[in-house]
Amino acid sequence: MGKRVGIIGVGQTHHAAKRLDASGVELIAEAVTRALDDAQLTIKDIDAVVIGNMDHFENINYVDMWAADGLGSCMKPVFKVTTGGTTGTTVGACGYYHAASGLFDVVMAVGWEKNSESDTQAAISTCANPTLERDSFAGAIGPLATEYSMYMKAYGATEEDAARVAARDRNNACNNPFAHIRQHVTVEEVLASPMLSYPIKFLDMCPRSDGACAVIFAVEEKAKRLCPRPAWVHCSVVRHDYTHFGDLEWTWMPTLERATAEAYRLAGIHDPLKELDVCELYLPASTCGVKWMDSCWFCEKGGAPELIRKGTFEMDGELPINPSGGVISCNPIGATALIRVGEAAWQIMGRAGDRQVEGAKKAMATGFGGCSWSDVFILGADLP
Amino acid sequence: MGIETAGAAAVPRRSQRRFKQVREVIDALRHGTRRNTRRLAAKREVKQLSDWKDQVEVMVHHGKISVPYSWTVGSTLSKWYVLMRDKGEIWANRCPSCGKVYVPPKIKCNDCYKDMNDWVKLPGTGILESYTVVHYSEPVIQPQEPPIIYGLVKMDGADTAMVHLMGEVEPEQLMVGMRVEAVMSEEREANIFDIRYFRPSAGGEA
Amino acid sequence: MERVAIIGAAQTKYERNKPDTFAEMIYEVVSKALEDAGITIKEVDNVVSVSSDFWDGRTISSMAISDASGAFGKDITTVEGDGTFGALYGMMRILSGSFGCTVVCAHHKGTESNMRGITNTAFDPLVERRLGLDSINSAALQARRYMSKWGVWEEQFARVSVKNHGNAMRNPLAMLPMEITVDDVMASRKLADPLKLLDCSPVTDGAAALILAAERNAKKWTTNKKRVWMKGVGHCSDAFRLGDRDLADTRALKQAAKKAYAMAGISDPLKEIDVAEICDAFSYMELMWLEGLGFCDDGMGAEFVERGHADFDGALPVNPSGGRLSAHPVQVAGLAAMAECVLQVRGEAGERQVDGVETALAHGINGMCGQAHCVWILGK
Repeated sequence: MGKRVGIIGVGQTHHAAKRLDASGVELIAEAVTRALDDAQLTIKDIDAVVIGNMDHFENINYVDMWAADGLGSCMKPVFKVTTGGTTGTTVGACGYYHAASGLFDVVMAVGWEKNSESDTQAAISTCANPTLERDSFAGAIGPLATEYSMYMKAYGATEEDAARVAARDRNNACNNPFAHIRQHVTVEEVLASPMLSYPIKFLDMCPRSDGACAVIFAVEEKAKRLCPRPAWVHCSVVRHDYTHFGDLEWTWMPTLERATAEAYRLAGIHDPLKELDVCELYLPASTCGVKWMDSCWFCEKGGAPELIRKGTFEMDGELPINPSGGVISCNPIGATALIRVGEAAWQIMGRAGDRQVEGAKKAMATGFGGCSWSDVFILGADLP
Repeated sequence: MGIETAGAAAVPRRSQRRFKQVREVIDALRHGTRRNTRRLAAKREVKQLSDWKDQVEVMVHHGKISVPYSWTVGSTLSKWYVLMRDKGEIWANRCPSCGKVYVPPKIKCNDCYKDMNDWVKLPGTGILESYTVVHYSEPVIQPQEPPIIYGLVKMDGADTAMVHLMGEVEPEQLMVGMRVEAVMSEEREANIFDIRYFRPSAGGEA
Repeated sequence: MERVAIIGAAQTKYERNKPDTFAEMIYEVVSKALEDAGITIKEVDNVVSVSSDFWDGRTISSMAISDASGAFGKDITTVEGDGTFGALYGMMRILSGSFGCTVVCAHHKGTESNMRGITNTAFDPLVERRLGLDSINSAALQARRYMSKWGVWEEQFARVSVKNHGNAMRNPLAMLPMEITVDDVMASRKLADPLKLLDCSPVTDGAAALILAAERNAKKWTTNKKRVWMKGVGHCSDAFRLGDRDLADTRALKQAAKKAYAMAGISDPLKEIDVAEICDAFSYMELMWLEGLGFCDDGMGAEFVERGHADFDGALPVNPSGGRLSAHPVQVAGLAAMAECVLQVRGEAGERQVDGVETALAHGINGMCGQAHCVWILGK
């Protein structure tokens, strides 16, 4: 059997709409340096490196080779994985498996993005099948808007429910010095913001950010020695089932439902709402923060609006979601999902500063990617 | 709340059905002799698939991914390019730890992963370590018509080499180890073509 | 540590302008590999696909094949790079204890894309990319550097091409089986001095798949003869910029090989390894990598090949499949090399079977001029 693995260090850049001061490689170096500082290691302690991005987002082929200067990976084993929006959790999972396999002791996973450098929506559109769907598919907002309007019809959710989620995440971001957008908003302001694609409004939607994140994984013996309170990886699960857009379910998220179910099974969680202490969920729009709560098994189908109206997921609620401000406050796409893992790890490690959920012992982080990829990490203060 | 029944129950029925169909086709391919009518049906379908495949007019769609890009140059290379543009000089930077001198300059030393804050000016001369004469044409990427000569130049005062174009030289004159010098462009825009090319310099073979 | 075995392997025929889609190629190799292993897709619990968004012209290129690979409802992930790295991730996932059986599949259709344009994007847009560098002209710089460092001649590169195209005559899957001479190679069209057309691997379409299984499953599902153990693996990456490395040096490969040999308990590779599938994307590379892998001293690769040691009946047959020079589907290349080694170890390689293979070496590269390497030791 494999080794138990803990997260012992996390580093992220100060994310922004446009980081003109730093090239992609310099952003990566910034995150790597901070992760090494967080873990109190030097680059010599790193046995292997994992990185990923989406090729067409920055037009860099072989990013694992190109990023060597920033990664400090010269004469080290380097690995590239990529799965679109979930790239962050995919590199995280790959870092985890590197260590869990017993082949490497200390492994660094890195995600990054310079969204300011390309036309993100044009690049995303190239994920559609070129001979069938690419001409008619455009960007990420349309499908998310469609699924929420269907959810509203099916279960009586409202635009205001989504606005509550938006206000929650955006206000949480004010406690996070790394977040790209830190701005207090009210539910009314969200509802009054310009309509992008009904029912998604400007303040419901994620921004495009420049930034990078690095997470350091270590096998049990090393983690215990190097870190006073590692965030132990209890499981890493991926589900994805896209073939054509028409094949997707729209009123709930089957891949997230299956991924979380498997993750809870592996982590021995029976009632996630009670047993989890904090979540960092990849919610690309606030509407997902309503609809997908069903698929995380926090309630029966259609039960999410009620939980949200009760304040269940606020910082002082039963299960705080996105203390960091989440994806709608900060979205360097290739790093976004890894930031979820890093933030969840910091919660367990007790290093989350003003956004710390007191005594967090079990955390969930998710990744979401274009066309129904769902990744789930469960981290804990106790060994799995 | 149905976590206890997760696993199979968590898979929506429609997906389960589809999954089963996919599996059946694969099973059928492998166990075609099994007496299972649904499997045999699936196998027949696969067989037919290849029958009509022989006659089908196969289409190819052509496409081009056109996405505009810009690349932030970053502090280190910006400094290098601006020195080149404004002063016509080639600079390098040096690792404070091991002393290795890099050109083009780097943000971190390959070996030490240290910040590179020491800058040194290079004389712009060096030695040709390798070269190639490119005969094929690829207008999408090539800066000029072939033949194009590329050189790998180890500049005096630097520990690393850089690739650039070679000019004012006939292919048959090229020699590994020959002395070369940078020729700066008249009009400089803070990019790699501020160095126009390298050419053979006096002193001949090193 | 639990061991991992390759229990199934399959490749398509390698061709130019293959009429199949990515999904059709992957469906073909995954189905065949499952059949080879004697299991169904039910026994598989995760999939590692290998593809490239650039070559496929599609963001999240693995989406084109996830259904065809049988990944529905399973844990799936995507490695971008050479197939040897995909296999490594497949093995790691099993060793972690999370999975028991992995499908690793790779696809590539070089004829649908612009190879030079795509490899140009592997260079830094801030420095070298605008100069028009690509995989061929950068390799030419490496070849020249290697020649001048060790006093090697173009005819000695040509010898590799003659050998590998000749080997391909015995491989029905190869794309360019050819009986050629050193003179033919020397007379072929000049692409980028010193590389000529026949020094370079062809643009190719194809796919390959391996089925990996944890020891407990491998023993349950397959016979001893079918199982090929993944005995050692190592990977390592050098500096990015061409000028930051000594292009004639193979230190990253040496590091990768050292790790793989240590893991497999190999101390004398030339003696203990019976056959090798080495990345010969360009003829000169085979010589350099032979040195990096420790089969001969630095600078002695050309002599090793000239003396016939790497021939089909030599001391160490290298690329009996015909190598990448006879078919080079980029992401697939390393996985194809591993699939060939599986056949060699099993004794199922048909006409290209090398006698008495117990241990085989497969090798793949990533990036330009072999920046990164992955070395596999497979055996009985």
